[in-house]
Formats: sequence, C-alpha cells, structure tokens
Amino acid sequence: MELTTVWFALIAVLWIGYFVLEGFDFGVGILLPVLGRDEPERRSMLRTIGPVWDGNEVWVLVAGGATFAAFPEWYATLFSGFYLALFLILVALIVRGMGIEYRNKRGDAAWRRRWDWIIALGSFLPALLWGVAFANIVQGVPIDADKQFTGNLVTLLNPFGLLGGLTTLLLFVTHGLMFLRLKTDGVIRERAAALVLPVGLVTAVVAVAFLLWAQAIRGDAVSTVIAVGAALAFVGALVASRLRREGWAFAGSAVTIGLAVVSLFVALFPDVMPSSTDAAYSLTTTNAASTEYTLTIMTVVAVVFVPIVLGYQAWTYWVFRKRVTVPRASVEP
Amino acid sequence: MDPLILARWQFGITTVYHFLFVPLTIGLSFTVAGFQTAWWRTGNEKYLRLTRFFGELFLVNFAIGVVTGIVQEFQFGMNWSSYSRFVGDIFGAPLAIEGLLAFFLESTFLGLWIFGWGRLRPGVHLATIWIAAIGTAISAYIILAANAWMQHPVGYAVNEAAGRAELKDFLAVLTNSTALITFPHTIAAAFMTTGAFVAGISMWRLLRGKGEEDAPFRGAAKAGAAMVLVSGLAVLVTGDVQGKIMTEQQPMKMAAAEALWDSQQPASFSIFTIGTPDGTEDVFSIRIPYVLSFLATGTFDGRVEGINDLQVQMEQLYGPGDYTPNTPITYWTFRWMIGTGALAALAAAWFLWGMRRGRVPGRGAVLTAIVLPFLPLAGNSFAWIFTEIGRQPWIVYGLMSTAAGVSPTTDTLLVVITLVGFTVLYGGLAVVMVGLVIRRVRAGLPPATSDRGFEHEAEPELGLGY
Ligand code: HDD
Ligand code: HEM
Ligand code: HEM
Repeated sequence: MELTTVWFALIAVLWIGYFVLEGFDFGVGILLPVLGRDEPERRSMLRTIGPVWDGNEVWVLVAGGATFAAFPEWYATLFSGFYLALFLILVALIVRGMGIEYRNKRGDAAWRRRWDWIIALGSFLPALLWGVAFANIVQGVPIDADKQFTGNLVTLLNPFGLLGGLTTLLLFVTHGLMFLRLKTDGVIRERAAALVLPVGLVTAVVAVAFLLWAQAIRGDAVSTVIAVGAALAFVGALVASRLRREGWAFAGSAVTIGLAVVSLFVALFPDVMPSSTDAAYSLTTTNAASTEYTLTIMTVVAVVFVPIVLGYQAWTYWVFRKRVTVPRASVEP
Repeated sequence: MDPLILARWQFGITTVYHFLFVPLTIGLSFTVAGFQTAWWRTGNEKYLRLTRFFGELFLVNFAIGVVTGIVQEFQFGMNWSSYSRFVGDIFGAPLAIEGLLAFFLESTFLGLWIFGWGRLRPGVHLATIWIAAIGTAISAYIILAANAWMQHPVGYAVNEAAGRAELKDFLAVLTNSTALITFPHTIAAAFMTTGAFVAGISMWRLLRGKGEEDAPFRGAAKAGAAMVLVSGLAVLVTGDVQGKIMTEQQPMKMAAAEALWDSQQPASFSIFTIGTPDGTEDVFSIRIPYVLSFLATGTFDGRVEGINDLQVQMEQLYGPGDYTPNTPITYWTFRWMIGTGALAALAAAWFLWGMRRGRVPGRGAVLTAIVLPFLPLAGNSFAWIFTEIGRQPWIVYGLMSTAAGVSPTTDTLLVVITLVGFTVLYGGLAVVMVGLVIRRVRAGLPPATSDRGFEHEAEPELGLGY
C-alpha cells in the first residue's frame, strides 16, 4: 500500500478515536442539565468523565497534527477555509474544559450553575459543528486552482451540512446515554435508560438519512456496505439496551460511530477535500501529501507509539471501572 | 487594517498568553512530584499537605495551559496557511509527534493522579505525577525544536518545482544546535518562574498566616528561593551560550538587542538608553565596556557587527528589503528579560538571608512576596517577544518572510472577529484563574486527610477531584 494511503487510514483512525471517546463526554456534557437535577447528581455525572476527558481531547490534537504532517495542503486549506467554524469550536472547547476543571473549585451554587451551562453549551457546539464540517468535506466545497477555499461560513450551512451536524449531535447524545448507563448507578442510570429509546429512534432516522444521502453524493459499493454496517450496529445497540446489556449497548454505539467515520472516509478516498468548483482542483491523498521521507518517519513513530497510548488509556478506563454513585448527604461517611 | 498585522497580533497574543501558564506547569509538576516523593519517603504529613496545596494551584494553572494550547495547534492552519503549505513537510511532524508522545502522557497520567488517590497503590500513584511531569518536558523539547527550526532551519532542501521546503534529515531537526540550547534555557527559566511562585506564596503565608498552622511554608519558602537562585544561575550560563549561537546564526538579532547601529570593536553593553524618536541615534546611555563583545563572541575585544552593516550584507544576500527588526522593542525586551530575572534573584537571596536560623525577613517582605512571582513570569514574555520580533522580517529565518506566510483567504473582518474574541475570552479566563489562585492561597494548607486525598467528599471546597 502507498504510504499516503496508510496515512489517510491513520487519520481516519485518529478521528474515530476522537469521536468515539470525546463523543461520549460531549454527550455527558450536553445531558448535564437534563439528567442531573441537583448538585450531587450533576457532580457524579461529571465524575464519570473527569479522569478521561482531557486524554480523549488529545485525539483531536493529534489528528490535527497528523494532518499537518502528512497532508499539509489539507491542513492549510481546511483550517484556513473553515475559519469561523473552527473558531467557534475552539472557543467551545476552551470554555468547556475550563468548566469541567473549575466548577468544583468553589463551593457556591451560582458559580457551579454558571459553569454547568457553559459545559453543556461547550459540548453541544462542537458536537454539532464537527458534523457540519465533515459533511461539507464529503460533499465538496468551493476550492480554486490555488487550493484555496473560496466560500465562507454560510457556504457550510447547507442542508446536507446541517443534517451531518444533527447526526453527530444525536449520535453523541445517544452514546453519552449509553455511557452514563454503564458508568453510574441509581437515578442517573434509570433516567438515562428511559431516554435511550426515544432519543435512539430519532437518531436512527436522522443518521440513516444522512448516511444514505452521503452515499448518493459520493459513495461506492464498499462505503455503502460499511454505512449499512453502521446502521446495523446502531440497531444492535438499541436492542442490547432494551435487554439491559449495558456493556454491549455502549459497544454498539461506539461501533456505529466508528463505522460511520470509516464509511465517510472510504467515500472520500482518494480525495481528501473534493472541490465543488472543478474536480481537477480537488485535494487528494497524493497532491496534498508530504514527502515519502516524512511519511516514513511518521509511520515508524505511529507504529511504535499508538499501541503504547492505547495501552495506557485502556488501563485508565480499567482503574476507573467502578460505577459512580450519587453521594447523598445522609449516607456520606 | 492589514490582515497580516492582525494575524501577527493574534499569534503573538495567544502564544504569549499560552506561555504564561506553560512555565508554571512544567516547574510545578516536578515540584509537586518532589513534595509527594518526600511524603512517600518520610511519611511526614507536612509534605502531604504541601503536595495538596501546590497540587491544587498546579491544576488550576494546568487547566488553562491546556485549553490555550488547543488554539495553538490549529492556528498555523487558520492564519498562516501559506506558511503551513511551505513548511508542512518539516514542521508538521514535530507537532504530531508532540501530541502522540507528550500530550497523551500528560493528560492521561494527570487524570490518573487527580482521581487516583486511594485507588492506586501509593507507589503507583506517585509514579503517575512523575510521568506527567516528564511528559511536560518532552512536550517542551519537541515544540522548541520546531520553533528552533524557524529560527535556524536545518536538515531540509527547497524543492522549487513543488514550491516547498522538504525534510531531508529528521535527526538534524531534532538535534538542531538552536534547540539544544533553547531547551535548557527555557526549562531553567520555567524552574525559576516556579521557584518564584512557590517562594512568594509561601513567604506570604508565613508572614500573614496563622503561625503554627503555616509552619510547613517555611521549608517551602526556602526551597522556592533556592530554586530561583540555582535555576537563575543555569539561566545565566545557558543564556550566555545562547548569545553566542545567536550572534552566529542571526547576527541582526544581536545587533538589534543592543540597538547597535555601527559595528564596534570592542563593543560595550548599555543598561539604559534614550534614543532619538526614530531610534537611529542615542541621546544618552549608561554603558559597560567590553560586555557586549563578551556576550556575543566570548572574547572581550571581539567585533560585533552593527545594524547598518548587516542591513547591507543582507540586501546583498537576499535582495532589496528592510531586514531590521523593531529595535526599540528588541532593545527593551532583551533588557527586561535579564532585568526581571536579576530582580527575582535578588529577592530570593534576601528571603534566604532573612530566614537564616529561624528568623523571618523584615519590612517590605510582604510586598516583595506579592511581586516576586510576577517577575520571571514577565521575564518569559519579554524573552519570547524579543526572540520572535528579533527574527523579523522572517517567519523562517532566511527562507520565508512573515508577510509571505499569512493565509491569503482570511479577510480583515474574520481576523478582527477572532482576534477580539480570543482576547476578550482570554482576559476573562485570566480574571477567573487569578481569583481562584488567590482564594486557594487565602485558604491555606489543606488538612492531611491522607488516603482519600483530594477527592474527600467532606471538603468539597478543597477537593481536587470532582
Ligand atoms: C516550552 C514549552 C512550550 C511551548 C514553547 C509551547 N507549549 Fe504548548 N504546552 C506545553 C509546553 C509548551 C506544556 C507544558 O506541555 C503544556 C502547558 C500546559 C499544559 O497543559 O501542557 C502545553 C499544552 C499544549 C496543548 C494542550 C495539550 C493537552 O491537551 O494536554 C497544545 C495543543 C499545545 N500546548 C500546543 C502548542 C503549540 C502548537 C505551541 C507553539 C506555538 C506551543 N504549544 C508552545
Ligand atoms: C515553540 C513554538 C512556537 C512557534 C512554532 C512559533 C511560531 C511563530 C509564528 C508562526 C509566528 C507568526 C509570525 C510572526 O509574526 O513572526 C510567531 C510570532 C510570535 N511569537 Fe512565536 N512561536 C512559538 C513559540 C512562541 C512562544 C512560546 C511565544 C511567547 C510566549 C512566542 C511569541 C511570539 C510573538 C510575540 C510573536 C509576534 C511577533 C511579531 O508578530 O512580530 N512564540 N511565532
Ligand atoms: C543573564 C541572563 C540572560 C541571558 C544572557 C539570556 C540570553 C538569552 C538569549 C540570547 C535569548 C535569545 C535566543 C535566540 O533568540 O536565539 C534568550 C531567549 C529566552 N530567554 Fe533568556 N537570557 C537571560 C535571562 C533570562 C531569564 C531571567 C528568563 C526568564 C525567566 C529568560 C527566558 C528566556 C526565554 C523563555 C527565551 C525564549 C526561548 C529561547 O529562545 O530560549 N532568560 N535568552
């Protein structure tokens, strides 16, 4: 296989890691004001993601860095082009991170309430906007002969883009529900369980519509089969959830997100950013790539270190495998 | 306004802001690991309480270091896309590798440390903070190697057909002489900053606190002050080497640091200068003979090239243009980098002297304790502004001009929106962060509830976890 293809696949892997992991903590953040009715409840919800959210977020930093290293033209066109959307995502990630880390640094209720809303909003916005961005990449955006994006923020807010945003948003919320069922006990677990089906069904409709539309725009047999696989995994997740198999249900929503990303990347290949102005201007895995030498070095580094990272991140989840319960003043030691 | 100017302001503001927190993260991670190790070895509760106290402050600082770092990762694409296209083959790799090797390490192991009290065995728990600390140092090395490449490009060749610089020798990039000396200087400066932070806060508690209750701060104040002096010495030694390397690699920066218009042999160093408004002629200055020669060349009568000569040389080399950076800025930031460090070292020496044999320093110590943490912090900012402005007009020295690196697609309005957005947001965050630090310091040492440590539910106010 060409190294450029390897790196295209590796970048897909990094985005899968990001969406599967940060997906549930976006979900938990969005659900914070919905499921957590008082302070101990909200606090225990945040506790489920407390030890891991920052590690999850690093996946996107590495995805960004890897895109820069392996496909500089893609990095340059994408982030200078999707300028305001990226700015909004960055602002959201900043205030959300501050919220998660700072909300418990002071005792007063008003302080905490304020940060709770910031966390919810800061989770909502990127969950939506990453979907908008990816949908637009798949659909193609105006790119000129100099590889420059010639649209603006409004260009991105087309029906397909918005449907993509809604899809990631709903998928992450469902994924967050599955996660909370798995990681909490008591009222939060019950409330999350009650929401899975109604939210899941809406998600299923939106996601299937989006994936089908994506296939119509730029799909082939393989990407379609994978999209169907994603849909089946989602059905499996909902069924497992009905059967109270919480571990399987969470695995199901994780696989759904992973396969959806794979399907989009397969549909995209060999383009990385198709041009809607003229197909000849599209950025591809070859015309956007770094040199063979750089890719070789990066491959060695990735082959050695990605498994190590996966190893210690998995260990973290193992250390914090216990369910979080809502502490009540009366039962406190 | 010109998007180039705005993009430069944006990069400058966001990076300098990021770097306000970076030195403290680097230094405090090792300091807290040190306190925890002392507790682990001696079982003395005093060290546990110090671990928790400074651990809290470390986390408050770390959080803001992380969120401001996220912006840095994407800025090159947003505002400097032409730069990214030109150097991506070389510059992207360190960025990706930094994430993979360092950021994962820091974030994952700090999560384990914060929530691992009472859940991990003490030895394993102690290891998590050390691993996170090592992660910060790895991160610093790799990103400084990237920055060093912009200061002094090595291991590359320009491919005219592809219109970009291409990587030829990755090892050369990682062992760039500029990176090898920038790293120890920056790390030493980080420890100096942290020492001042620890010494200032501890001294304040010692003088304003509740007597017995604050006794552990005595040792901490001494340790902090000693850290300032020892790392100050390291800063001096590494800075001296850096001056020579800089003179070799970027003679114009050295000339600009001194606002030396005409070549001199031997060259004197001015501590203070008042120039004519256009900056091309001195009206009044205090000078020390031979010092600049020594700083730049290592001998007392070495020749130091002046700006006017260098401007002519560079025009011959690179064609017509203005190759002189903004001299008033380089001149003063260079002095303030050194000056703030010297003041911090003086204050630390005074603290140590004042604390000999059970005493406490006298009048003025409270005020000094409040000012001290800000001195090296400001020194770091001055130093980066000097290093980066002194490199102008280049974004990659000798290879690409800053004007050529900016994104062609972003118009003024977009950059204004994000520039104002980040500045306002960052200002707000600083207020919140400083407010939290002050609260923590006022609250004093947390109790030594050992095994449940930071997430003890009974004291949510002092809990590190959630
Ligand atoms: C000398 C050290 C140094 C320098 C010059 C920089 N940084 Fe930094 N950065 C760190 C040292 C550091 C650190 C010590 O590793 C931080 C500080 C606080 C923290 O959380 O980790 C960090 C955090 C941090 C993060 C968040 C990591 C996470 O989520 O855990 C990112 C993405 C960056 N940085 C990226 C950058 C970029 C692109 C820079 C160049 C413009 C940069 N940093 C300059
Ligand atoms: C180590 C990684 C760093 C890289 C890759 C880097 C790169 C850059 C780039 C691309 C610019 C914009 C072009 C320019 O205006 O010169 C710049 C400018 C600047 N940077 Fe750095 N920088 C780094 C670290 C820092 C740090 C840590 C600071 C300070 C805390 C800093 C301070 C500045 C300032 C003040 C400017 C504005 C200079 C000007 O516009 O005239 N840089 N740097
Ligand atoms: C006698 C004292 C010092 C000397 C001679 C010295 C020398 C230098 C020189 C020559 C540079 C520029 C390197 C270049 O651009 O190529 C530099 C950069 C820098 N200095 Fe200093 N310095 C001193 C003190 C300090 C102090 C007190 C601090 C902070 C507390 C500090 C922090 C830095 C930082 C962060 C940089 C930018 C990164 C780098 O290029 O290393 N320095 N110093």
